[in-house]
Amino acid sequence: MKILEGREKQIYRHGEDSYDISCEKQSLAGSVSQRACVFCGSRVVLYPIADAVHLVHGPIGCAAYTWDIRGALSSGPELHRLSFSTDLRETDVIYGGEKKLYNSLIELIEKYEPKAAFVYSTCIIGVIGDDVTSVCKKVTKETGVEVIPVHSEGFKGTKKDGYTAACNAMFRLMGTGDTSKISDYSINILGDFNIAGETWIIKDYYKRMGIEVVSCVTGDGRIDEIRRAHGAKLNVVQCSGSVTKLAQMMEEKWGIPYIRVSYFGIEDMSEALYDVARHFENEEILNKTKELVSSEIQSIYPQLMEMKEDLQGKKAAIYTGGAFKAFSLIKALKHIGMKTVMAGSQTGNKEDYKLLKEVCDEGTIIVDDSNPIELASFMIEKDIDLFIGGVKERPIAFKLGVGFCDHNHERKIALAGFIGMLNFAKEVYTSVMSPVWNFVPRREKQLRESEGL
Amino acid sequence: MVVKDSKKTATKNACKLCTPLGACIALKGVKNAMPLLHGSQGCATYMRRYLIGHFKEPVDIASSNFTEHSTIFGGGQNLETGIKNVLKAYNPKLIGIATTCLTETIGEDVNLMLNNILKSSDFQEYPEIVSVSTASYSGTHIDGYYHAIREIVKTLAKADFAGDRINILNGLFSPADIRHIKEILDDFGIDYSLLPDYSETFDGASWETYNKIPEGGTELGDIKLMGVAGASIEFGKTFNYESAGSYLEDKMGIKNHRLHYPIGIKQTDVFFNVLEKISGLKTPQKYINERGRLVDSYVDGHKYVFGKKAIVFGEEDFVLGLVSFLTEIGIHPVLVASGGESGKLEQYVDVIKSKTGFNKDILVKQGLDFTEIEEYAKTLSPDLLIGNSKGYSFGKKIKVPLIRVGFPIHDRFGGQRILHIGYRGAQNLFDTIVNTIIEERQKSSDIGYSYM
Ligand code: SF4
Ligand code: SF4
Repeated sequence: MKILEGREKQIYRHGEDSYDISCEKQSLAGSVSQRACVFCGSRVVLYPIADAVHLVHGPIGCAAYTWDIRGALSSGPELHRLSFSTDLRETDVIYGGEKKLYNSLIELIEKYEPKAAFVYSTCIIGVIGDDVTSVCKKVTKETGVEVIPVHSEGFKGTKKDGYTAACNAMFRLMGTGDTSKISDYSINILGDFNIAGETWIIKDYYKRMGIEVVSCVTGDGRIDEIRRAHGAKLNVVQCSGSVTKLAQMMEEKWGIPYIRVSYFGIEDMSEALYDVARHFENEEILNKTKELVSSEIQSIYPQLMEMKEDLQGKKAAIYTGGAFKAFSLIKALKHIGMKTVMAGSQTGNKEDYKLLKEVCDEGTIIVDDSNPIELASFMIEKDIDLFIGGVKERPIAFKLGVGFCDHNHERKIALAGFIGMLNFAKEVYTSVMSPVWNFVPRREKQLRESEGL
Repeated sequence: MVVKDSKKTATKNACKLCTPLGACIALKGVKNAMPLLHGSQGCATYMRRYLIGHFKEPVDIASSNFTEHSTIFGGGQNLETGIKNVLKAYNPKLIGIATTCLTETIGEDVNLMLNNILKSSDFQEYPEIVSVSTASYSGTHIDGYYHAIREIVKTLAKADFAGDRINILNGLFSPADIRHIKEILDDFGIDYSLLPDYSETFDGASWETYNKIPEGGTELGDIKLMGVAGASIEFGKTFNYESAGSYLEDKMGIKNHRLHYPIGIKQTDVFFNVLEKISGLKTPQKYINERGRLVDSYVDGHKYVFGKKAIVFGEEDFVLGLVSFLTEIGIHPVLVASGGESGKLEQYVDVIKSKTGFNKDILVKQGLDFTEIEEYAKTLSPDLLIGNSKGYSFGKKIKVPLIRVGFPIHDRFGGQRILHIGYRGAQNLFDTIVNTIIEERQKSSDIGYSYM
């Protein structure tokens, strides 16, 4: 395969090349990156805050394409599932969009009575020079509803910068709520987006351990919870990229320590619970945790083993947004007998890729910021049975007759927690074991050859 | 520049998409073509996932990947690198460059840049390059679609002798619709150029090896031949700017027949009549039979649909086709809504009403979003919603069933295979609507009639 010049260093073959993957680079002009933009990063993180208005300031597209695209659930208000845009037109671009932004905010706040509003600046706002911050201030003053600008112009960096902008926005809210009744054994869940109700699963585990969850911040999030999040004694951060920054800021300001966890797969899920239990050094909590983990594992193990029998030796490729998730997935796949032959991410850093190399077998391809052509060629080269990725990767896999499991924010099935591991295995099984692959050209050919036809 | 007046407040759940998305759809209907969005990465990625959600096919759209640097100093370098990289990776025969809001706002002169790039660089083999200006703050996705078709034609079509080929300039149809139009023309035995043709690129077979650019699409040679056709048929009437059809007519003297989308019997009749007229050939018996069966089914099902109230939404041209179809079967479109703002919707609804003899009031609203449609729905109490899948959320709220047609369909399977046009398309829509109404009756009745 021809690799675009300037991309060779972002692909690494374990065991063949000397290890020095290059990452955290701007995508090449003209390549079809699977990445999005700064705005996308901010929107992803803040999106699950369900009682806030999310207003996208700019022309219509950026808001239209993100309307209700994520499976982040809310137990109450669902403002986050609406798509609000200032829908700038020619006149606004020429004379500025501040007036329209102001009018829009006033209208939305009146109509929906949100607890707060986030205003996302998209690309052209950075160019037409609207003073978004002062409009937000003005509206906050007039309405009493906090309006927070999120500086997320798409071209000003990568998705990661969008995460940072989102963290800054949430940080502004913290420290403003009453923390007097918060227990000594309390945590915030950071970086879980309650996709298909995952935060609820995790929250329930922690509750059963005797731990108070002060705020889930980014999953089934509520403004008032975020305002008192600084009262928690520990931050539990999932997902490498998106909200670690927020945890760091909270540590700096309020001295709240944080731990990084993953809720995918049996080991990582168990560790996530034990880490918290150990942190609080409380016998009772630790015992409850042990009980919980063993009963949860027992309830899913037999079914996993049943599926493993069929899945043994099947090959998988993983391409995720952040790299952290890839580690968990590799382990989870091992549990059901599958091998990871390609692993990559859109936005991993050097540290991530080093770790990734450690958990991968010899011969595994490791790749940063890939594109459809590369991904397709890896699928064929490694003759994989399953691809794990997001909605943009799905058609590539399907077109080539490869099974697929959606592990992105758009998934509709909970994959976190112990029950999530079982769901994950079922998802994998449902795709890999389907008989339809017998008809796709790639397998049909193999079948013909094996029958000597 | 015509400065359009703008709404004063927020758009809530838009009933439209942005202009370059439409341009990308059109470009995907050209053989071996690759769209390149001039702007920042996010727009391309979002449009890809949006299109994938509907077509369930790989949709590669490149981006010139603007950074802060290019935003300040101009994107000429990015465009050049972008074109080179697209060539290297995809080896397309045509690159379609569509601008985005960002590059329009900073005032990039893409044509000038292209001139410089092509002059100065060392391409061995030039691909065709089409550039289209698609600021999304002036227009919606359908405008981007029509603009791109026009620019493709302008770049490639060559005037010469007048032959007897026919140009078909497609509306925003489904791949199934496009396949059907081709079938009709083939059955007539007419030589034609049809643009765009994404019937395969957006709805193709499984692959053994990865095709960087999916197979299918209008041949570049066919587009060149558009300049020597005897006539054009162009679908869509609501645009008030130069279209591919009007360009061919003005510059190359090719008579343009501008038609409504051929949805329902009336509009399909118009299409077939025009085909007969330009080709001098008779409609093949197959279609006369199809029409006959359709009329027969209209009779069988007329009581289920008569007097039912529907809210119709989508691109203006598409909803006009639907209005023609609905009024001819006795369904009352109580609200005809679009996010587009051509200013022509109302006048055409009136024309269509007079053609189908429909005399009830129809509320026609351009520039609406879905929360506004929902507001109207509360007082209009429709029986049916007819439009793309984005109407689902408010339909669920007000408990009115949605008949999914058009683009996009993100919550059902097979959106790319829905047939809307021709007699066969009308048959499909009619059956779907009747069955939806019957199903609603069954659901709401305690008796559970097993015969309808
Ligand atoms: S900036 Fe313009 S082109 Fe890009 S997604 Fe937004 S509306 Fe569409
Ligand atoms: S305009 Fe900018 S912010 Fe909006 S989608 Fe495109 S890159 Fe992202």
